[in-house]
Amino acid sequence: MSEIVLDVHGLTVVFPTADGDVQAVSDLSYTLHRGETLGIVGESGSGKSVSSLALMQLLNAESARISGRAELGGRDLLSLPPDEMRRVRGKDIAMVFQDPFACLHPMHRVGDQIAEAVTAHEKVSNAAATARAVDLLGQVGIPNAEERSRDYPHQFSGGMRQRAMIAMALVHNPSVLIADEPTTALDVTVQAQILELIERVKDEFDMGVILITHDLGVIAETADRVLVMYAGRAMEYGPADELFAAPQNPYTWGLLGSMPTVERKLEELVAIEGSPPSLVNLPPGCAFHPRCIHAFEKCGTALPDLEIAPGGHADRCHLSPQMKREAQGAGIAGSPGAAR
Amino acid sequence: MSSHTNEALVELDHVTKHFAVRQGVFSRSHARVHAVEDVSLTVRRGETLGIVGESGCGKSTTARLMMRLIDPTAGTIRFDGRDITKLSQRRMRPLRREMQMIFQDPYASLNPRKTVEQIVSQPFAVHGGMSSSEAKLRVKELLEVVGLSREHSSRYPHEFSGGQRQRIGIARALALNPKLIVCDEPVSALDVSVQAQILNLLRSLQDEFDLTYVFISHDLSVVRQICTRIAVMYLGRIVEFAESEEIFEHPRHPYTAVLISAVPRMSVDGGRRKRIVVSGDVPSSIAPPSGCVFHPRCPRFHAGHCDVVEPRLESAATALGHVAACHFPIQRWPADEDELRTGAAAAASADK
Repeated sequence: MSEIVLDVHGLTVVFPTADGDVQAVSDLSYTLHRGETLGIVGESGSGKSVSSLALMQLLNAESARISGRAELGGRDLLSLPPDEMRRVRGKDIAMVFQDPFACLHPMHRVGDQIAEAVTAHEKVSNAAATARAVDLLGQVGIPNAEERSRDYPHQFSGGMRQRAMIAMALVHNPSVLIADEPTTALDVTVQAQILELIERVKDEFDMGVILITHDLGVIAETADRVLVMYAGRAMEYGPADELFAAPQNPYTWGLLGSMPTVERKLEELVAIEGSPPSLVNLPPGCAFHPRCIHAFEKCGTALPDLEIAPGGHADRCHLSPQMKREAQGAGIAGSPGAAR
Repeated sequence: MSSHTNEALVELDHVTKHFAVRQGVFSRSHARVHAVEDVSLTVRRGETLGIVGESGCGKSTTARLMMRLIDPTAGTIRFDGRDITKLSQRRMRPLRREMQMIFQDPYASLNPRKTVEQIVSQPFAVHGGMSSSEAKLRVKELLEVVGLSREHSSRYPHEFSGGQRQRIGIARALALNPKLIVCDEPVSALDVSVQAQILNLLRSLQDEFDLTYVFISHDLSVVRQICTRIAVMYLGRIVEFAESEEIFEHPRHPYTAVLISAVPRMSVDGGRRKRIVVSGDVPSSIAPPSGCVFHPRCPRFHAGHCDVVEPRLESAATALGHVAACHFPIQRWPADEDELRTGAAAAASADK
């Protein structure tokens, strides 16, 4: 397998609040290889975005307690002083956000904003920076890039703005690109365009991509490996083909089962009962156990480990392989047998 | 499933809605947004009619026209056999209790300063005919119907999760025993695990209370699970209309095909699929393209015809079948992009 570009180990993010500590991310570990897409999937509050913001040092240090390691090119991102991080952020690791409307300054020309990203890390003339901006806009599929680079953001459609944001992220050819719900605000036909673009630039710029989304369909179509998060923890982690063909964790079963599909009409959608827990007051043991139809005593008392099986497929659950086979074989609610 | 009759609850007959927008110095030039353009459709009693399309296609405007929340520029709207196009607000009021709405954002659609009881009993206060003790009892019943508990009635919206809030919104919509409920993206703001709960609830309530739904959504996977018939809209026009399964199994309009194909899938078989990706964005509805409004993005575009002649959707009378507003409808599905391109017999060259 190719070189590891990002190695996250034991990442924990806690926000102290008046109501108690919010356990946003707990002991999260993963690796990202060059040329691969790691999909991080989870519901709101699962910690998928916060974990990435922590890597970028975009969380307010006064309001968040962050621990763990995140190695990128021999440095630990989490312990870099702010001024050193400024030299890494946008250069070696870049991020694209959900809302391209909020990410561009409305009163500056799109091309100028990208050129500014160039000069932030490189001593080049304005003309050279602008030329690079135009070149990148062309590469991300903006027609008449030269002319359009002089447009203001409001003259761009949602899809074009997201392309511009991607162009800006690519300026310094980072080794890691984090895309946080990059298509959630876009229409489905435009979403397809943007996903293809991310796939293409990943290869052209030889990056590792972290794609954060709540949409399992997006993950299935783009990710090489998948990390399923729930209440701040990794529940399942493995190669995408394997995870979709043989999901191991009851939460993953539930997610797959409740996902409506465009491919057929289902007799009934298998909902996961209840709602995600409060992060201030996490249930003891496995955080998913109050909603898990397979839970037994141990689940409410002890946190299961994330056990790595052969093939690098890891799963956090107390159920034995035998019990899982039975649960799935029976085709009862919540298992993938019922979902397909 | 409740028995579907062909009896119409809502009928739109050649309904058009334009909005004026002011542009230029001193607002001199008045442009028009063609929000809904010559839409005819019938909502049958007991069915779930889906209206799908991308942002700005006119799906929400169409629903608002059905409920006469806005007035049409042209056309006729009938509700329960009665022409309501020109009814005064006062005359409309008794009809309003027959038509209710569930909104997308359960955080914005509930007043944060009112208790659940006040929110759900608001319709009784507006339409009268119930003492406050009766209303209280009815609220508690409604909360149970939507899967909440009686004790919830004294709480405030912020104490509930998104899914629970959506249930409160549904209880409010059910309060007056409406005939029609318009669901405007009711699950788009919810997490998937909760989405399924709400969809299942909507399905079971329909059977229990003989409801007719108009279900507006951009999410085709959701629409396939819940709708009886589907209207696909693009730039204010209905481009295809058919039974739900027909739409998904045999789409005839290229735009429908593109929409279906663009939805990411989870199937494990067959590896990565080749999506049909259309270029560009939805054009402005202030100056819609000539001819077929989809022609600038269409893989089956045939120059000299599609950009000149506007294809017509057969009238609502024939809408029992499967209609598509296309000069070169798709004959074979599934198809990939190349097949779509070459499949149009007459469309020899396809380029923009």
